[in-house]
Amino acid sequence: MDSSGRPVLYSYFRSSCSWRVRIALALKGIAYDQEPVNLLKDGGQQFSTEFQAVNPMQQVPALKIDGIILSQSLAIIQYLEETRPNPRLLPQDLKKRAQARMISDHIVSGIQPLQNLTFLKQVGEKMEWAQHNITCGFKALEQILQHTAGRYCIGDEVSMADLCLVPQVHNAERFKVDLAPYPTITRINKALLELEAFQVSHPCRQPDTPAELRA
Amino acid sequence: MSTALVKPVLYSYFRSSCSWRVRIALALKGIAYDQEPVNLLKDGGQQFSTEFQAVNPMQQVPALKIDGIILSQSLAIIQYLEETRPNPRLLPQDLKKRAQARMISDHIVSGIQPLQNLTFLKQVGEKMEWAQHNITCGFKALEQILQHTAGRYCIGDEVSMADLCLVPQVHNAERFKVDLAPYPTITRINKALLELEAFQVSHPCRQPDTPAELRA
Repeated sequence: MDSSGRPVLYSYFRSSCSWRVRIALALKGIAYDQEPVNLLKDGGQQFSTEFQAVNPMQQVPALKIDGIILSQSLAIIQYLEETRPNPRLLPQDLKKRAQARMISDHIVSGIQPLQNLTFLKQVGEKMEWAQHNITCGFKALEQILQHTAGRYCIGDEVSMADLCLVPQVHNAERFKVDLAPYPTITRINKALLELEAFQVSHPCRQPDTPAELRA
Repeated sequence: MSTALVKPVLYSYFRSSCSWRVRIALALKGIAYDQEPVNLLKDGGQQFSTEFQAVNPMQQVPALKIDGIILSQSLAIIQYLEETRPNPRLLPQDLKKRAQARMISDHIVSGIQPLQNLTFLKQVGEKMEWAQHNITCGFKALEQILQHTAGRYCIGDEVSMADLCLVPQVHNAERFKVDLAPYPTITRINKALLELEAFQVSHPCRQPDTPAELRA
């Protein structure tokens, strides 16, 4: 057991899934320790026997908290929401809450798995498929945001959807996807990156960020 | 006309595991609804039509028109149904168990299904072995997780959202000829769930758009 009793986040600096949870922890003011898991070194540290005991799914993020270990970023975020409700990350209005989940799921199930390391290996490292999937996903997201967005994805309050958006935009930039067709996504992303929680959690500022990528 | 008097409309494909999850939820909660079939293979994929894009810009099933809005993404839909029609419950009251239910659901919905669906298969060049590999990896992890969480069902003895994700994924595994012998817990739970009426009436073999040769 960690001597401080603080939550422990298993994370990779550049993992968009890990970044979502880092933002949530920052927004809710939850102090935690990080255990870096390098997805590329040693054949991928997520495949080690030690880490498999932490998360059989062999993925980051995983969060050790309150005596349990949780994986899957949205399951973790909603657990944090239900146990540490302030500030809220899901709208009180049930329809808006459903829209926040819908946008989150679109990114988490509909875009990211079709451009992550596993996927790229299986399509033979063809970047164009990753770019295609991000492009298709962002085209749909831009349309949806026409109906839901205010300053942020759902009106003017930060929600789980925003925690998914920023890391996915960062991935899009890394894959050199042209963001000009997505003015709403771009505007919201810019507004969110001004918030401290999105900055302290940024891949360029993590314990395991390589020196050449550090902010 | 009051939206409260209009039945929900589910855009669904009989064999879509994502659609089946929502059909189970609607059946469990006793919510009467109409179906609009969307054939994912005919006409180049009816999900890509201009009409359907207006329903769901993500061009996927399921989508549910309910209470004056249209929702997509199966887990967002199921949790909206849970929060507006809370009986019977589909998420545990205990917050840690609830997190585990979501974790298992997300593992299937984000970690397995997208890596074996129609879009994926097209992009890996129809290589079935990748779909089988991804289901196998996913089930190996799931079998381990269920050691800690399962009772009669995925989370103890009450049906939860995780079970709604499990059964359709097992059905996909069978369609992809994945050997299920290494997963006794998954197999046992799947069998127990298929005995429940909601999992039967929602089954792909009993839908309005089920082809005659596949109909039960």
